[in-house]
Amino acid sequence: MLEIKNLHVKLEEEDKQILKGVNLTVEAGKVHAIMGPNGSGKSTLSYVLSGRDGYEVTDGGATLEGEDLLEMEPEERAAAGLFLAFQYPVEIPGVGNMTFLRTALNAQRKARGEEEVSAGEFLKLVREKAKTLKIDAEMLKRPVNVGFSGGEKKRNEILQMAVLEPRMCVLDETDSGLDVDAMKLVSDGVNALRDAGRSFLVITHYQRLLDHIKPDVVHIMADGRIVKTGGPELALEVEKNGYADILAEMA
Amino acid sequence: MAAPMRKDQARVEVTEVRIASLDLPKSGFTAVARAEAVSRLREMGLPTRRDEYWKFTDPASLIAAEAPKAALFDGKEPQLFGTVASVKLVFVDGVFSEWESDDPAMAGVEISRLAEAGRADIHWAQDLYGVLEARGQDPVARPLAALNTAAASDGVLIRVTGQASKPVHLVYRHASETSDAVLHHCVKVEEGAEITVLETGPAAARFNKVMEVDIAKGGKFHHVRAQGRDHERRAITHIFARVAEEASFKSFTLTANGQMTRNECVIDIAGDDAVAHVAGAALGDGSYGKFHHDDTIFITHDAERCESRQVFKKVLKNGATGVFQGKILVKPGAQKTDGYQISQSLLLDEDSQFLAKPELEIYADDVQCSHGSTTGAIDETALFYLRSRGVPREDATALLVLSFLADAIEEIEDEALAAEIVERLEAWLARRKK
Repeated sequence: MLEIKNLHVKLEEEDKQILKGVNLTVEAGKVHAIMGPNGSGKSTLSYVLSGRDGYEVTDGGATLEGEDLLEMEPEERAAAGLFLAFQYPVEIPGVGNMTFLRTALNAQRKARGEEEVSAGEFLKLVREKAKTLKIDAEMLKRPVNVGFSGGEKKRNEILQMAVLEPRMCVLDETDSGLDVDAMKLVSDGVNALRDAGRSFLVITHYQRLLDHIKPDVVHIMADGRIVKTGGPELALEVEKNGYADILAEMA
Repeated sequence: MAAPMRKDQARVEVTEVRIASLDLPKSGFTAVARAEAVSRLREMGLPTRRDEYWKFTDPASLIAAEAPKAALFDGKEPQLFGTVASVKLVFVDGVFSEWESDDPAMAGVEISRLAEAGRADIHWAQDLYGVLEARGQDPVARPLAALNTAAASDGVLIRVTGQASKPVHLVYRHASETSDAVLHHCVKVEEGAEITVLETGPAAARFNKVMEVDIAKGGKFHHVRAQGRDHERRAITHIFARVAEEASFKSFTLTANGQMTRNECVIDIAGDDAVAHVAGAALGDGSYGKFHHDDTIFITHDAERCESRQVFKKVLKNGATGVFQGKILVKPGAQKTDGYQISQSLLLDEDSQFLAKPELEIYADDVQCSHGSTTGAIDETALFYLRSRGVPREDATALLVLSFLADAIEEIEDEALAAEIVERLEAWLARRKK
């Protein structure tokens, strides 16, 4: 599904190398987690994959089902099936949540040469998906993320994911700012989307999210590289001993 | 009256030539008001770029002896607010077009036209015509409004005595490349009465319009206007409103394109517990030669517990210029005033500019007044967020422009009218997608 090879990335504005040769393959239907201390390059990886400005790829590359991701505009990546759940979802006053979602869905369908979804069909689709995430009609009517609590914002990200049905979902610290109940709700939403044709890359500091979203593979990232890869037990090890032990072991 | 502007020979000459060219009616109920307006104009003189109040906007094309030529616009869009039931009154290049207009009879509303009613010696509008304009000359001179009172060829006189069952819709059409229209409307909202006045369409190559609005106790006046479909428009418009106790004045203007547009709004909040909101959304694309749009607002609080809001948003591209001059004056004794003013521009490129002069002048101690002015570009984070969901750059930009304008649009209370305004905004943005 997603293949990252020897990815080197630096900040455009300053001569600072952030990613120093990331290698990672996420197979179809699998959930990979990336853990790592602050500043290890986890969020940068998510932004580079989704096409945010400000980064320069100096070496290596990334493909989604064989297609060169890095050559594409952000909207093309989305249409190709990539989705980034933001750590800090953006507020857009004056644009209704429903308008936003429908515009996004139809733009993607158009880009893929599919028929646009009618207003009626769309309403039905969203209502059904929103229900399981406990997103009420009021929240759907409100402007995108405006006045939403931290938990509501994250649920809204998962709703977008559910409606857009991407093949490759990148979750950037989706657990940040969530209380236990919200984490459960968000995780249930993610788990409901797990299937053989859809992959996840879950970026997190903490093991607790991985209690809910059970990963197949766990990677530890430090200083711009994947330094260790293992099964779910690796996350437990981090929880118990912190990153220091693993990093010391690598040194 | 305001202190006369600096009297230089050139200004006196230009003003006298203009006055000499006017063909004023000698009889009828407006004759005295027109003669007094001429005196005011003579005293003030026509504006020049050197005047403080015209620092950001060059009045040359607005005061030139002849209207600069303006191409007709081949617009194929359906009539704005066409789906809203209304009494339509159509003016083509400032000339009333009876066959295109609706029968003005409506319960609770009395409508006549200045060109006809003006011949009578006695009319209810006698107490209004030129009266609020004259009061509005202090403390800032507005000579083009005095010129209008003196020279207006027609206009609509609306007296509202009850709840108007539908809006009065003033439809303007532009049919001659050199037309120079001067219209003067008067609206008198009696105690507890309510009306909505709509104004749409290109009026003339050059348009000088005054609307005087007098709202009695508990009355409500709603105004939604759209200026557009004429890229070479030159327009100077004034609204003079007097708002009595517990009355409400709400005005929204959408402006699209136009080479030179200055909309002045002078509101006198004269009674306690009254409300005045004035808002505007302007879209300027300088690629049609030029775009210059100026909103000049002056709200005077002269009573207790009154609320005023000014919400102005401008989207500028391709070398467009936006101007905002907004003032809140709180007079002594106008306690518990709640005044709010925001003016913002969204610059879609580096060639465009926004000039703002927000002013507060407060002589009461128990008031709450705030103002803010910002200029910025499209928020890159929001743009990326939308694109990451699959929305192409141009569509995402359009959504963010609508997002930026939302606060101004929200000032339109009627949802059907607001929806039509949003449709026009979307169409304007869609036409400019690359």
